[in-house]
Amino acid sequence: MNNFQYSRATDVADAIRLLAADPGAKLIAGGTNLIDLMKENVERPSRLIDISRLPLRDIEETADGGLRIGALVPNSDLAYHPLVEQRYPLLAAAILAGASAQLRNMASVGGNLMQRTRCAYFYDTATPCNKREPGSGCSAIDGLNRNHAILGTSASCIATNPSDMSVALVALGALVHIAGPSGQRTIALTDFHRLPEDKPHVDTNLGTGEIIAAVELPKHGFARNYSYLKIRDRLSYAFALVSVAAALELDGNAISEARLALGGVAHKPWRSLEAEAALRGRAATSDHFSRAADLLLHGATARAHNRFKIELARRAIARTLIQAASATPQSQAHKKIA
Amino acid sequence: MKAYVGTPTSRVDGRAKVTGAAKYAGEFPADGLLHGFVVESTIPRGRIARLDASDALQVKGVVDVLTHAHRPPLADNDDAWKDEVAPEKGSPFRPLYDDRIRFNGQPIALVVADDWETAKFAATRVRVEYDREAFATDLESEHGKAGKVDRPHKPRGDAAAALAGAAVRHQADYVLPTEHHNPMELYATTVVRDGSGRLTVHDKTQGVQNVHKYLCGVFNKRPDDLRVVSPYVGGAFGSGLRPQYQVVLAVLAALELKRSVRVVLTRQQMYGLGYRPMTIERVALGAKPDGTLDAVTHEATAVTSRYEDFSRNDTGWAEQLYKSPNSLFSHKLVDLDVSTPCDMRAPGAASGVCALECAMDELAVALKLDPIELRLKCYSDRDQSEDLPYTSKQLRECYARGAEAFGWSRRNPAPRSMRNGKELVGWGMATGVWEALQMPVAVRIVLTSNGHAEVSCAASDIGTGTYTIVAQVAADALGLPIENIDVKLADSTLPQAPVEGGSWMAASAAHAVLGAAEDIRQELARLAKAIPASPLGGVDAPDVILVDGAIAKAGDKARAVSIADAMRHGKLERIEKQKLNHFAEDRSHARNTHSAVFAEVKVDEELGVIRVTRVVSAVAAGRILNTKTGRSQIMGGVVWGIGMALHEETVMDHRFGRIMNANIAEYHIPVNADVHDIDVIFVDEPDDRINQLGVKGIGEIGIVGVPAAIANAVYHATGKRIRRFPITLDKLLD
Amino acid sequence: MADAANQIPDRIPINLVVNGVRHTLDLVPWTTLLDALRDHLELTGTKKGCDHGQCGACTVLIDGRRVNSCLTLAVMKDGAEITTIEGLAKDLTLHPLQQAFIDHDAFQCGYCTPGQICSAAGLLAEGRARDADEIRELMSGNLCRCGAYPNIVAAIQQAMGRP
Repeated sequence: MNNFQYSRATDVADAIRLLAADPGAKLIAGGTNLIDLMKENVERPSRLIDISRLPLRDIEETADGGLRIGALVPNSDLAYHPLVEQRYPLLAAAILAGASAQLRNMASVGGNLMQRTRCAYFYDTATPCNKREPGSGCSAIDGLNRNHAILGTSASCIATNPSDMSVALVALGALVHIAGPSGQRTIALTDFHRLPEDKPHVDTNLGTGEIIAAVELPKHGFARNYSYLKIRDRLSYAFALVSVAAALELDGNAISEARLALGGVAHKPWRSLEAEAALRGRAATSDHFSRAADLLLHGATARAHNRFKIELARRAIARTLIQAASATPQSQAHKKIA
Repeated sequence: MKAYVGTPTSRVDGRAKVTGAAKYAGEFPADGLLHGFVVESTIPRGRIARLDASDALQVKGVVDVLTHAHRPPLADNDDAWKDEVAPEKGSPFRPLYDDRIRFNGQPIALVVADDWETAKFAATRVRVEYDREAFATDLESEHGKAGKVDRPHKPRGDAAAALAGAAVRHQADYVLPTEHHNPMELYATTVVRDGSGRLTVHDKTQGVQNVHKYLCGVFNKRPDDLRVVSPYVGGAFGSGLRPQYQVVLAVLAALELKRSVRVVLTRQQMYGLGYRPMTIERVALGAKPDGTLDAVTHEATAVTSRYEDFSRNDTGWAEQLYKSPNSLFSHKLVDLDVSTPCDMRAPGAASGVCALECAMDELAVALKLDPIELRLKCYSDRDQSEDLPYTSKQLRECYARGAEAFGWSRRNPAPRSMRNGKELVGWGMATGVWEALQMPVAVRIVLTSNGHAEVSCAASDIGTGTYTIVAQVAADALGLPIENIDVKLADSTLPQAPVEGGSWMAASAAHAVLGAAEDIRQELARLAKAIPASPLGGVDAPDVILVDGAIAKAGDKARAVSIADAMRHGKLERIEKQKLNHFAEDRSHARNTHSAVFAEVKVDEELGVIRVTRVVSAVAAGRILNTKTGRSQIMGGVVWGIGMALHEETVMDHRFGRIMNANIAEYHIPVNADVHDIDVIFVDEPDDRINQLGVKGIGEIGIVGVPAAIANAVYHATGKRIRRFPITLDKLLD
Repeated sequence: MADAANQIPDRIPINLVVNGVRHTLDLVPWTTLLDALRDHLELTGTKKGCDHGQCGACTVLIDGRRVNSCLTLAVMKDGAEITTIEGLAKDLTLHPLQQAFIDHDAFQCGYCTPGQICSAAGLLAEGRARDADEIRELMSGNLCRCGAYPNIVAAIQQAMGRP
């Protein structure tokens, strides 16, 4: 690790002040991703600002029936929270599909949103990577890119966002509450993560000196017809090749509301309003699911080694929608795919 | 008193391991201990043009930065650097020897500091510039440059002609990727220097005496100058057979700085050590319509480094398994700018038998024969390469018992014919084979008059259970409860042992114990009979046995003298006997272990997700000394086979000559969720020819055949024959 | 005077209660809890297998919850209660998980074992695993290269008092 200084923030305002005072500073909560990257010398913060003791650990119902989740709630606490299990089981499933029990005990909600790509070139300081070292080039585009993005890529970067939790949150229409030097603001999670474009070193739209305070879920939790399906190279403790979050509101066999998001395929959790609109008002049939998959994957492009992801995603989307429609969500422990 | 041998005795080192008391190489304390951190090359080939350690040396707590230009002397000849399992041909790698870069991840400096974090930080402050040279790391693009046939089995008959004329032929290439052992323990050495400058080297190794001799050679030391110990080894699987570079660096620093030094490699740096080499295996089988073979050819082309030729027997296994009048084998190597491969669990067989057994499955399909029936049709009762019978070979019984336990008779042979909802069910099988080797091992037993015995030997226990089986054999032979046996292993000053590998240690060490115990018995018999009015008076020495802590007449335990009495009368506090094992020279028989492996996979038809839901491994390996630890050994081998079939692959970017998944998040090994029911069957295999106990050794046989059984099951499930391992789901999506 | 780039950060005093014993340590902030335990407190029962949260060998319990100590900065855990493998046995009596691991031969080389056992202790406390598949999934953060997984599951089932 580099020779960083350590400060413990006393409150959110203090954290914001400390961030403002040191442009090279980074916030640390669970540390599961940041410490890893610091050990690789990929992240070299001048200062770590420990926010793990700030009072951002509550899960509260909001006035309009939603849920406000403090940024420091550990992933496992969120997944196992009774209100999340009952009202937002899609979120619980996505969290439990990720990492390990130990890491979920450590990782915070805010940190999960901030986690960086698992691209091997990003991790290896001996190879060029525009995300790690802007302007050095992308090694993945013509290199080993089996795990890389098929949607929203740029000529500078084809990395993916590795989060499972974010995929469910995006599907559920989550909001992010942000505190910063100029006060508070709230944005949709879909607007939180960026596409790489020509600035792949910038993962999110979090501004300088800003801190995630909470994530808010709207009332509608899709507790009956949902599923999170994660496809990976071993049956647990691996990052997604493709993951799908699907949530439906059914009126008989007719879809009145649909949410659909993909993980492992883009620089951000991938959601398509067109695909969801194409399901709304339609019968829950495989034809319509396939059509939604086509729309969600519209514009997908493959590199030398990740072409399979397009077809895998297409099939996984259809399958996850069937699981959601039939109220047989994918179990994260029992590995047979329903 | 019951015998321990053959029973499910719990590990005698179990308590130390479950309480955290067991100390591994990087965990021994020392006063004033320094910590070394390795700086490694980031290019695969060239020269170090400039290495600037000035910043690193400025870091408070840094004591020194050792490099090829700044180090104590190292031996300048290959003989000194050749350890007991070094490849015959080539020059072993010499860390920090000169400015030449031979592979990516090569150690080029050692930063030594007061603590590990400081050394690691300072390592990032070392600046290196290279003169880069053109390099090649890709076996497939360099395939045409394969050369140096490495003594495969000799040909029999005219395989080419027989293949050309065969009624049914199958030929295919099977591609096995580079794999890394990834033992859970990081490679580590703690060198503890005493006041007189003598070094105790706590090293992660499978052979303390191998490392000892090597270090003496490399550093021009006398045997008494250093001692190598390794009481617990956190897995090795072949990666610790040869001395690894961190032991050289740690000793180098201890000598230069006259301090105790620890060097621990990172997981990433361990990818610069040895590995199972990528191999392209071409198998051709020619058969008559009835399933008897006319010809077998097996050609392997594998990776090696530019500085050493490493190869193992990938190709000859058909000589053991399948009767064929004609056979031809070849093994070629391609020199690349990589580190030298090394043995990895069942080297040669894990890959070679995988290819052979997939090919046999394909031949069975072509012949419309059941895969077991095909194997029985060409079952060989002789090792054809030397035309020898086996000391024992209960492989037929393995097929029968395994098939029965698995329910093989209920298999519908047609691919894609068995399903369970959205999953295709596949049942596949394969044969496994390995050698039953025995090596010279000596054991010392010290019996004290209180009926306790210390049994010691330089052999290692790398998790295989050596401590436990040595204790069992000694307890039985000395007639003592196992609690009274104290086993000391893995110290270079103890009686001789080779590296722990090749599945030879159980048989070798057990018989050394028997030999030493026999000398103890004779001594005790003499003492017991010398007691005035001894109950054993007139009993011939061969009729005296050790049982229940006493010296007794065989068949009449009432006529007995306690060990304590015998030794008291003999005025002895302790009896010490050391014995080298002895196996009768017997070139008239082949010695092998065998297995029949059955696997069930369930494959999601649309998504290609593969689950290995059941494996049955029926093993014939002579007498099993410990059915509990033995079962675990086979089970572990099966888990390795699952990894080999579905997960494991070291991925290199050949533009950089760099391994891009040098970690254990992206180099996938099976996790708990990947492993389900594993049924281990030990088939009864009496063998009074191979050795006194009829023991063969089971460290490798568990993995052999498993990858092929799974690949064959995937074919049976899906109708898709994947010949490039591992079988990841993308390969099933087309 | 060294360049700023070569400076070691200042040490920070912290307290850790490890296996019921309070320790005061002066640590550079980059010291992980794992290295604090192994190198500063000589509690080497907690193992380093990857140092990147990929293997679970470093699993300890912090305030009763299982975590990867390799990805935890010790200074961030000032005041925390840590339980390591050395703290599970009471006097000379093994923890039921330790005994079950011996009974079921749930290890070979023993290097992942302390992490497996601490992880299993966390699993039992969580109370989320009801069947073998759930144990497998919730123990998948602990790699075992010797391949003792089926025995580990059996040992945990024994400690849970379930078949």
